[in-house]
Amino acid sequence: MRAAALLAALVLTAALPAHAQEAAHPESIQIGLSTDRVAITADFAGADLTIFGALENADPLINRQGRYDVYVVLEGPARPVVVRRKSRVLGMWINTQSETFVNVPVSYSVATTRQPQDITDPNNYRQLSLGANNIYMEPEDKRDSPLTIQEFTDALRDRKQATGLYSDNIGGVQFLSQSLFRATLHLAPNVPVGTHKARAFLFRNGIFIKETSAQLAIVKSGFEQTIYRFATDHGFGYGLFAIGLAMLTGWLGRIVFRRD
Amino acid sequence: MGIYLPIAEMSVNVFVLLAMGAAVGFLSGMFGVGGGFLITPLLIFYNIPPAIAVATGANQVIASSFSGALAHLKRGTLDFKLGTVLLIGGIAGSAAGGFVFALLRALGQLDLFISLLYVVFLGTVGGLMLIESVNALRLTKGGVPPALKKSGQHNWIHRLPFKMRFRTSKLFVSVIPVLGIGAGIGFLSAIMGVGGGFIMVPALIYLLKVPTNVVVGTSLFQIVVVSAFTTLVHSSTNQTVDIILALVLMVGGVAGAQYGAKAGQKLRGEQLRALLALLVLAVALRLGFDLFVKPQNLYSLTVASGLL
Repeated sequence: MRAAALLAALVLTAALPAHAQEAAHPESIQIGLSTDRVAITADFAGADLTIFGALENADPLINRQGRYDVYVVLEGPARPVVVRRKSRVLGMWINTQSETFVNVPVSYSVATTRQPQDITDPNNYRQLSLGANNIYMEPEDKRDSPLTIQEFTDALRDRKQATGLYSDNIGGVQFLSQSLFRATLHLAPNVPVGTHKARAFLFRNGIFIKETSAQLAIVKSGFEQTIYRFATDHGFGYGLFAIGLAMLTGWLGRIVFRRD
Repeated sequence: MGIYLPIAEMSVNVFVLLAMGAAVGFLSGMFGVGGGFLITPLLIFYNIPPAIAVATGANQVIASSFSGALAHLKRGTLDFKLGTVLLIGGIAGSAAGGFVFALLRALGQLDLFISLLYVVFLGTVGGLMLIESVNALRLTKGGVPPALKKSGQHNWIHRLPFKMRFRTSKLFVSVIPVLGIGAGIGFLSAIMGVGGGFIMVPALIYLLKVPTNVVVGTSLFQIVVVSAFTTLVHSSTNQTVDIILALVLMVGGVAGAQYGAKAGQKLRGEQLRALLALLVLAVALRLGFDLFVKPQNLYSLTVASGLL
């Protein structure tokens, strides 16, 4: 599925006179996706997603000094998640404590021009809720002690990072020209299906300037989707089909490898 | 080559799955067991979520057992009446198992319960089988032919009421233990994703004194129907049957089983039983090891379900 690399058409409409830009500096950022759907096919094993974008009205001087930074995020759909902690009971490791979080983005891929700490300071990230460490994970039971909630929140991020669902691609945003950039994001093999939101943040000298976003639907391809829909909407019929298929395989196996 | 599993929502290597199916098929053909007790733990070791491994395991068991049951049907070594009574218990047990499965899954204790059941049952059955077969091997070495237990002897089970006559098995026994064995195995089938042959066969031989030649066919018949029912329960309540996963495993399994059966004919009964016992014990130990050794990561994530 290397074809998942999305080519993106971008629209460069900046045709303002040069003196007008310099006066107001209304830089802005645009991203474009050539397709609004990525289909997961039978041989999907993770992919890189490329998003193209452009700066508009960029100051050539600042640009030459490399002081424009772009932070691109692809955020997956939010789902409730239970984090469980094992502890030792009678010598066995058993799930004992748990904490439910109401809406956790299933995936969160980041691509940046530089190390995040070199782009802007932590306060700005917090204000923008930007980065895996700054997304607010809302616990279902808010009466739990803040310490416990913090512990489980950290564990949640750690697990997500370990499975590749939360990923960082530092240097994943590259300027191809003065105004054109390309962001490469990693999609994990178990990337969730659903509506993903791509957002790009523009920073100048560590100051947040502008944000833009686009929607991307990740869907199972025709065959996989049909199976999934059949299994969820018609569980009983699906079960009957699975049984029939198993019996057919067993019977065929006997015919092909007849030994009595 | 990767293959995307639509229900498990993950991408796995198709050759690993085929090899897994073939290896288990080989062993199941060699020992005449369904192989569910091997495939489910293997899938769990391969990071397939346990809920999906169990439900898909049950689906996969149908293929190999159906193939075997057909062979026994042809030879006339299948007691339909006994099988049907076992089934009535089996379906009730499987339904209860499906419910307990959903409950444990919501409580987050499903993995633990599956592992515990595996350790206890495989450990017990494997241990008993190993002792029995090693004794038999020692006896044959000493020149004494292995004495089969007389099937005419009666125990407390034969004094229970509601007796029924099973002609093919030449048996006149109460329906209570038959229903009980069926229910117990149906329950285990739903939770462990096994056909239950490794418990059913000894139970029928030692508890009910069913003649050995009828046992395997009858057990396979009951396994096909109970696994089919288990598949239905899981597909309609938990939506955890992954048909692509099952199909890949079945294809590997059916092919492997044929070679396994040929290899099995070269070994003697006691040797086969000793090897099977060692295999069963190895799986039990591996799962037990995971329970008692500190896991690499104490935390786990699951998508919250609507239940509870």
